[in-house]
Amino acid sequence: MELQKEILIDMYKTMYKIRKFEEAVVDLCSQDLMRGAAHVYLGEEAIATGACHTLKKDDYIVSTHRGHGHCIAKGGKVHKMMAEILGKSTGYCKGKGGSMHIADLECGILGANGIVGAGIPIATGAGMTSWIKKDNKVTLCFFGDGASNQGTFHESLNMAAVFKLPVVYICENNHYAVFTSTDKVLSVENVSERSKAYGIPGYTIDGNDVIEVFNTVSDAVKRARKGEGPSLIECKTYRWLGHFVGDPENYRSKEEVKKWKTEKDPIEMYKTKLIKEGVVKLGEFSRIEDDIQNEIEDAINFARNSPEPEEEELWTDLYAR
Amino acid sequence: MRKISFSKAINEALFEEMSRDESVYVLGEDVGEFGGAFGVTKGLYQHFGAKRAIDTPLSESAIAGAAVGSAVTGMRPIAEIMYIDFSTIAMDQIVNQAAKMRYMFGGKVKLPIVFRMQSGAGSGMAAQHSQSLEAWYNHIPGLKVVMPSIPYDAKGLLKTAIRDDNPIIFIEHKLLYSEKGEVPEEEYLIPLGKASIKREGKDVTLISYSRMIHFVLSAAEELQKQGVDAEVIDLRTIKPLDENTIFQSVIKTGRVVIVHEACKNGGVGGEIVARIVDSEAFNYLDAPIKRVCGFDVPIPYNKRLESLALPTKERIIEAVNQIVK
Repeated sequence: MELQKEILIDMYKTMYKIRKFEEAVVDLCSQDLMRGAAHVYLGEEAIATGACHTLKKDDYIVSTHRGHGHCIAKGGKVHKMMAEILGKSTGYCKGKGGSMHIADLECGILGANGIVGAGIPIATGAGMTSWIKKDNKVTLCFFGDGASNQGTFHESLNMAAVFKLPVVYICENNHYAVFTSTDKVLSVENVSERSKAYGIPGYTIDGNDVIEVFNTVSDAVKRARKGEGPSLIECKTYRWLGHFVGDPENYRSKEEVKKWKTEKDPIEMYKTKLIKEGVVKLGEFSRIEDDIQNEIEDAINFARNSPEPEEEELWTDLYAR
Repeated sequence: MRKISFSKAINEALFEEMSRDESVYVLGEDVGEFGGAFGVTKGLYQHFGAKRAIDTPLSESAIAGAAVGSAVTGMRPIAEIMYIDFSTIAMDQIVNQAAKMRYMFGGKVKLPIVFRMQSGAGSGMAAQHSQSLEAWYNHIPGLKVVMPSIPYDAKGLLKTAIRDDNPIIFIEHKLLYSEKGEVPEEEYLIPLGKASIKREGKDVTLISYSRMIHFVLSAAEELQKQGVDAEVIDLRTIKPLDENTIFQSVIKTGRVVIVHEACKNGGVGGEIVARIVDSEAFNYLDAPIKRVCGFDVPIPYNKRLESLALPTKERIIEAVNQIVK
């Protein structure tokens, strides 16, 4: 690996932080402390991590309903995320958005989104701003295999290709669109084949290999920044839990889940690689991991001890002055 | 004072606001090189270039969505939807994204977007090119809805809408584009949420907007000959509604007829009736409130059938006569 040690370790930290955060969210759900639905990113950590680490702070990302991983990887603060998930006034959105609508404009996070495929035209619009202003920024657009069947996907990729907008479209193919297996509803073997329809470069990669994600996205980001237009990168992965926390997962076998968890855990694979290549010693990991566990603990405590929003908040933020 | 067309008035507003603020730009189908399907954006491309009068592919959800993404990253887009009937394709981006993002994100973003939509019946374009859908947008918290009836109002309201930091549905009736009216040379703005009294009177309040204002004014002249003195309120902005102007007029006249081209069922008229009945003005009503609206049918193609589907001067006069006698 030619990347600097600092970046390599940073990426491990990010993946581990996402893992611990999402485990905490699952735990909160099981204790009935979180209302509504949580869509966790367990098992997919390498995609958000590898992709977001290619960006500068003022580059943009647009996320999905399964957005905690993207937000953490792009610099989102876990205590404000956790508070938002618990609907508290100290959350990113004052408790008015919840899990699916977390946003942090200062970090370039243009929001998670509760409508499948809706982020794709929005990311295209962020790219349009950069194209008009020539501000040299790039936008990463995350979406799933299900979203690649939405009209918005097709309209947006065509538009971005026509104007050569600086957007990198990243499809997280986790083989299930809500409760339906992708092979039943996707007309092609690989989503990346659709890049040909729009005349842009397309790649299918192992989404659980954080280095491969980093390298592929990095090249696409460079192309976008140079004005060469958008790319489509399909990252094959798997979500460890169902569509939402609590989903009984009747549509897939326990063996299939176990296989991915034990043989293709992105964090275990990366850890092994870092040790094997002498980047990090086994003993160093526990300090890294302890620090992150503490950070998550603090976030949970902060969120649980934070106040609810005041009644007046029902009426605020409807219109800008 | 000079007289210019409704579409020229809008064109001037676009020119002026795009000159004033370089983050303002237009996007949509045929808006650039061609100058717009109805010629409203004529000259913008030639003057400001391809990156400020953007010819998009035929992709309403991407057009609206690009406006959203562009707005949250610092621009002030004016997205043109060629026919309001096509806005159904853009509905998610307008209703679930643009209208709600500010609230959902706790006030962190603003969406300074104008969605310009052409609408209305009477030109033989039939059911899928003739609707008036302002009631749908009126129903969504987070949006504003503007529908001018004359060039003067169109220009002043559009300039204000462009400077407003909220997502605004700006609806232009297709049969108003060529209608001329007085528009000053000097710059002026008209505030949103303020109705205008197009004709003062004391016997009955006629509330309307967009193209129907002209039918209502024509009816009012006829009614005057019959000895009925009608006050005509042009809402100009549907949302936020200028309740005060409405209530004050109702208190004065005690009788109300609401006229709109859109279908009666679920239309803006019903909302106005409910608000009047729920206000201090209720006590001053001397008759039931009447609505003269489009009938609840898709707009037919045949010319006579089409005109039967819409309000007419005669129907307005008849409704007034039902409550003044």
